[in-house]
Amino acid sequence: MIGALDPKIPPGPLAQKWRNHRDHVRLVSPNNRRKFEVIVVGTGLAGGSTAATLGELGYQVKCFCFQDSPRRAHSIAAQGGINAAKNYQNDGDSVYRLFYDTIKGGDFRSREANVYRLAEIANNIIDQCVAQGVPFAREYSGYLANRSFGGAQVSRTFYARGQTGQQLLLGCYQALCRQVAAGTVRMFPQTEMLDLVIVDGQAKGVITRNLRSGKIERHAADAVVLASGGYGNVFYLSTNARGSNVTATYRAYKRGALFANPSFTQIHPTCIPVSGDYQSKLTLMSESLRNDGRVWVPKRKEDRFKPPNEIPEADRDYYLERKYPSYGNLAPRDISSRAAKEVCDEGRGVGPGGRGVYLDFADAIERLGESTIRERYGNLFEVYEKITGEEAYKVPMRIYPAVHYTMGGLWVDYNLMSNVPGLFVIGEANFSDHGANRLGASALMQGLADGYFVLPNTLPNYLAGQMRKRPSPDCPEFQEAEEIVRARIEKLLKVNGTRSPDSFHRELGLLLWDKCGMSRNENGLREALRKIPELRVDFWRDVRVPGDEEDYNQSLERAGRVADFLEFAELMCVDALERDESAGAHFRDEHQTPEGEALRDDENHAAVFAWEFQGEGRPPKLHRESLNFENVHLAQRSYK
Amino acid sequence: MNFRLKIWRQKNRQLPGKLADYKVNDISPDTSFLEMLDILNEDLLQAGEEPVAFDSDCREGICGTCSLTVNGEAHGPDHPGAVCELYMRKFRDGDTITIEPFRVGAFPIVKDLVIDRSALDRIVQAGGFVSARAGSAPEANSIPVPKQDADLAMEAAACIGCGACAAACPNGSAMLFTAAKVSHLSFLPHGRPERDRRVLKMVQVMDAQGFGNCTNTYECEAVCPAEISASFISKLNREHGRAQLRRCMGE
Repeated sequence: MIGALDPKIPPGPLAQKWRNHRDHVRLVSPNNRRKFEVIVVGTGLAGGSTAATLGELGYQVKCFCFQDSPRRAHSIAAQGGINAAKNYQNDGDSVYRLFYDTIKGGDFRSREANVYRLAEIANNIIDQCVAQGVPFAREYSGYLANRSFGGAQVSRTFYARGQTGQQLLLGCYQALCRQVAAGTVRMFPQTEMLDLVIVDGQAKGVITRNLRSGKIERHAADAVVLASGGYGNVFYLSTNARGSNVTATYRAYKRGALFANPSFTQIHPTCIPVSGDYQSKLTLMSESLRNDGRVWVPKRKEDRFKPPNEIPEADRDYYLERKYPSYGNLAPRDISSRAAKEVCDEGRGVGPGGRGVYLDFADAIERLGESTIRERYGNLFEVYEKITGEEAYKVPMRIYPAVHYTMGGLWVDYNLMSNVPGLFVIGEANFSDHGANRLGASALMQGLADGYFVLPNTLPNYLAGQMRKRPSPDCPEFQEAEEIVRARIEKLLKVNGTRSPDSFHRELGLLLWDKCGMSRNENGLREALRKIPELRVDFWRDVRVPGDEEDYNQSLERAGRVADFLEFAELMCVDALERDESAGAHFRDEHQTPEGEALRDDENHAAVFAWEFQGEGRPPKLHRESLNFENVHLAQRSYK
Repeated sequence: MNFRLKIWRQKNRQLPGKLADYKVNDISPDTSFLEMLDILNEDLLQAGEEPVAFDSDCREGICGTCSLTVNGEAHGPDHPGAVCELYMRKFRDGDTITIEPFRVGAFPIVKDLVIDRSALDRIVQAGGFVSARAGSAPEANSIPVPKQDADLAMEAAACIGCGACAAACPNGSAMLFTAAKVSHLSFLPHGRPERDRRVLKMVQVMDAQGFGNCTNTYECEAVCPAEISASFISKLNREHGRAQLRRCMGE
């Protein structure tokens, strides 16, 4: 049974909470650290940075990733940048402003204290990454350069070409490699976590499967850290890597960890539109392009088949600039995405299928010259050309929104510990900092804040009370968990039906995109809640998983993940239905302002919805954590 | 479009492999190369055969997971770019396409087209880092870095770690990979304190993994999806020579 949810927010004024908290948490002395083993699942920015930092501190770390090397975690694909309130531009930035922009960008559905801490730590992250040798863009003076991102009126985004995620991840990967060489971190690549083991109510280990050999293993530890990323691939088509999945967090949910705000999923406004039925993923064009690109569609429907260069200025609708004059093309992601959907729904969308809008660089090229644009975004233009065969220097890009990031995740308190003692959740895998919508360049910031600075300070508070409590992996709890994992694999292999795991996944994705995508309504969600269980029944009756378990079996891998998505999708829709308001990326058709903007219900829904698993076939139980805003005024978000 | 495929099938590291023939039909030119393989795998699954194992993850050319040799070229004919960025419009209808794994002595085959590239991780573990503890970093702007140095560092740091350089090299050398990391860190003031140690250890481990030597064929540069310049190899050689000399001099 779970009592009232206690976020454990430290007392004191907002700006002093984190410092006060660190002054009072329990510590583990250097000599004792090596006696503790910590499991870290995932090696993206959050997992990689935390594993490296904990190793450096002297803990024994076991680190798992499903990729063949920790350097390939999906953080690598982040393009645009990372925010920090350094105010190097002298344009009025401050920690408070970064905090305020983030909490407002999240449509007031995140915790003040967590977000303030994030804004505060952001500056340390930039220092840390520079010290590691991350080659951020610089000005001719030799000092760091910045650019602007959506939802902010200052330039606070640090970047390394269009490959910021790659460079930050390689920084963390290299720090991790150093610890591997030092013997403090043991790496388990190509290994997937399939269950969480709870002993005496505390998270004390995981069951894993080595994807190459098929070997199932038990790993006991003093604490478990999940940094397994987001669940955007529940939609099948997303900007996530093919392997990104919900399995680690979903299995933890089934073991009692609460899943918070699963319906908060971010649809990114600038992706390359879908082109065919067999498309396997969508490619993002960084939001930074909106600094210099102007978004438009033809004013008249009949112009949508005309070549864009033949549509005169007067017949173009720069709808973001028209609707949001003060933020213009840099309106936040949820708002820009919905605006694109709206103009396409009106029949003014461009490209095949009418699902696209133009992102036009002609003005910027005229103003700055092609070489400047090439320097800023050259690699993105190349990617665009490879995929579409078009040169964006000459014709405008076509873009359309796509699933990109998930704000929801496992519920954690201020210490980033879930309701299951000993289970910590960091990065995209938790729900904590982005509310109902994440601003650009904030994911990298949160992953690294959690990994380098928050968790290494809060984990000892838990570990200090856990001396000599690590169970043996031979205890009955591990035995039981391993049996469940084995039984499930056997079950998947035995169905021997006719359809591939991917075909079910695709079907699920289309359903969710339609009913639980950029806008949702009660009827659609109820329909999805009817259809998902049917699809799940079909899956377990008709899926075909060839090969065997003691082998590198990619079909088996995918089948296991799809099976979890098929259950998780239902939780997402339950949450979307329960949240009877619009907030950020969660847009309920029933709740909108006369201008079509998201209309929140602060009186009833200024809360985190955290769901507890109640057993197979039973509806999950809702726990609400009220969000108290003491420092900001809950305003209707306006970017006009 | 229709294609004939010759694909390397190998059960595991121990058993020998061979090229097997397949056909795929009605492929749209806008299909990516890996999506074409997805379609083949869907057909194989329907026919009750085991799908072809191949690696991929981000499918946008940045994670470095995909690693196919297409018609004898690492990552196929559309350079620069990883094979996940290759589209079928680059082929002609009716083409026969041969698909093999990266063939490098230091990258053993795991299954079909999947290889084990952990040797690259071991090179980085040997010294491809700056030992900067979280918490002790000074203010980021306290050390200005000339823009041209930062830009060069970024050019080298763009390496995606796919191993195509070694696959394209007639000697199976990983010099371009190692050079990229050594150059990236030695262009920056933050990497200088560990400069000598880093290059000596990384080269030592690179050799121990069984990679070959560089004989300046420039094949690596030609296939590199991140367009890493082979001039960084000269930089690596200079860095290595300098470090050895300093060590001999007892500095």
